[in-house]
Amino acid sequence: MALVELTLAPLPAHVRTARLVAVAAARRAGLDDGLLDELRLAIGEAASRAVALHARHAQDVPVRITVADEPGGLTVTVTDQGPAAGPVPDDPAGDMLEAVDDEGDVADPDVALAVLSGLVDDCAVDAGPGWTTVTLRWPLAADVAPGATSVARA
Amino acid sequence: MDLSLSTRTEGERTVVVVGGEIDVYTAPKLREQLIDLVSSGQYHLVVDMEGVEFLDSTGLGVLVGGLKRVRAHEGSLRLVCTQERILKIFRITGLTKVFPIHASVEEAVAATD
Repeated sequence: MALVELTLAPLPAHVRTARLVAVAAARRAGLDDGLLDELRLAIGEAASRAVALHARHAQDVPVRITVADEPGGLTVTVTDQGPAAGPVPDDPAGDMLEAVDDEGDVADPDVALAVLSGLVDDCAVDAGPGWTTVTLRWPLAADVAPGATSVARA
Repeated sequence: MDLSLSTRTEGERTVVVVGGEIDVYTAPKLREQLIDLVSSGQYHLVVDMEGVEFLDSTGLGVLVGGLKRVRAHEGSLRLVCTQERILKIFRITGLTKVFPIHASVEEAVAATD
């Protein structure tokens, strides 16, 4: 069962909301302190990518985020309804030097995928016409029962 | 925590001290700061990232944009960062090959372009 489900209006300010909520839920679920920072970076990257895509392609549609405590570990999904994600780029730096324009510095959503796949060992991207789901997993310590951890400090 | 920005001049370089979180929400402030500096003729920039607590690829995009702007004026953009979690993002994306990254502002200011 999902511990937390979020539907976020695709506004840049709510990317921070997503980070705070996901970190609080992960800490509560017993994710190792050493992995919380990685989770914060990853959820921020995935949410930022989704919000930027919705701003261009689906302004009135919320971004969906779930945090679940599953047998395989702590599972975070971020689903957007922008164009299907392309392959993870081989040379993100080169792509950024090519793609960033003088007006907007628009981040390339594929660069975000490169960051995510480099950051998180267990990162999967599923995409179809008009949607992409990024799934991120982290192991939970087997001896920590969900809900048995100290009260979240977030 | 929001984004904090301050600038100071050290010799021929302008040091931009960045603190807090650089994400899709705050990155436009950093972009405006870099654009303002280049517009006012300051083409040799040092961005001190030691106070940055969070950085995503939107922030990377702004830094790359800044680099392109100063390069258009034969300038330079050097970064100061020793935080492993931030350096990791630069390594993953290959940007460690694009930006000179220094361990201190003193080192960055003293570097030869």
